[in-house]
Amino acid sequence: MQRIINFILSYRNAFLYGFLMVISLTLTVRSHSYHQSKFFNSSKWVTGNVYGISANISSYFGLREENDKLVKENEQLRRLLFNSEKVVLQGIDTSAINYEVFSASLIKNSFSSPRNYLTIDKGEKQGVEQDMGVITTSGILGIVENVSSNFATVQSVLNTKSNINAKIKNTNYFGSLIWDVQDYNVVQLIDIPRLVPLVVGDTIVTGAMSSIFPEDIPIGVIKKYDLNTSRSFYNIDVELFNDMANIKTVYLIKNKSKQEIRTLEEETINE
Amino acid sequence: MNSAIILNGFRFILLVLTQVLIFNTLNFLGFINPLVYVIFFYWYPIKGNRALFMVTAFLLGFIIDVFSDTLALHSIASLTVAYVRPIIMRFCFGVNYEFQNFSFKNTTKVQRVTFLGLLILIHQVVFFSLEVLSISHFPLILKKVFATGIVTLIVCTLFSSLFSPQSE
Repeated sequence: MQRIINFILSYRNAFLYGFLMVISLTLTVRSHSYHQSKFFNSSKWVTGNVYGISANISSYFGLREENDKLVKENEQLRRLLFNSEKVVLQGIDTSAINYEVFSASLIKNSFSSPRNYLTIDKGEKQGVEQDMGVITTSGILGIVENVSSNFATVQSVLNTKSNINAKIKNTNYFGSLIWDVQDYNVVQLIDIPRLVPLVVGDTIVTGAMSSIFPEDIPIGVIKKYDLNTSRSFYNIDVELFNDMANIKTVYLIKNKSKQEIRTLEEETINE
Repeated sequence: MNSAIILNGFRFILLVLTQVLIFNTLNFLGFINPLVYVIFFYWYPIKGNRALFMVTAFLLGFIIDVFSDTLALHSIASLTVAYVRPIIMRFCFGVNYEFQNFSFKNTTKVQRVTFLGLLILIHQVVFFSLEVLSISHFPLILKKVFATGIVTLIVCTLFSSLFSPQSE
């Protein structure tokens, strides 16, 4: 017994190293294969507030640019509004709509790691829930992953775990949007069958197969395509509309009928 | 002793904030975010308790992990650097680092930069291998290790000459 204790004591640093290593390796493997950790993420109070304060200061430097962007978007929306059949200026009946939209500010951006998570300054108190879609003026951004009372983390499309249903605009050929870690402005669309006619420059939009995003939200344009190793599907490089390095304001989309869809799907599977 | 704790605690917090708020958002050339907090292991007292050093390193890495949503990558890298630091020191400064009166003052600049460089190299290799975690992306790992490593070394060398610890 004495010898065992002596042995442990003489190698205590190695044991401590091993112990801490096992803890952190477990966490790493979990974060590689499962969802982001619920307890340790940047949406928590301390981290969220530190990022919040920092974003609060730095946001002043981009106000003019941000303003221009918003005016441009307003202009576009007005154009849509005045050209629609029914002109509505007094607001719309909110009980009839299916998608609700909230705005939020990005307080932490990240695009250089293989698993990028963003942090926004809205949380449970403002009605943010897990699995809400996140977009910007120009296109898709990601999906809400973890929510705390005042902040939330978003799994970016630039994340190896991200898998979003997307299709070629004005057709019904859909595939999955993934990221191969190489370039932060280019994502990959896979599983588009070989017989589909493709042209470089075609627009890619979100598909209808998801309960997170509404259909036809812009993603990007085809940059280049080739056939995969089995030669039956295309691997398409999609250049994103979003400048992932420069994002300030984001919109969150809540699908009101998502719960209903989920329940229905679960019931169908269980039967 | 007490002042050493306060000094290192102060450094700890300051380095976390610097890393998280400035260097993690740098994205030089699109992907280079120097991991400057490695300089903590360079500045940490040589004759401290090794177990405490490892726990501190782990915590430093872990806090940065929580901030940057890269759970446990920084922790593993920092822990490993803390564990192998005595070996690197023996390699860089020879056996005389074990003497009582050893301090950075009687080492050459080359020795110090080598020491810092090796700390950074080990940290980067562990960090990026685990971050990418796939053999098929080996060129990507190499690119990140070298590009980020060199920038980190430059920034850390600047830091170490700007804020040189006089008291140790």
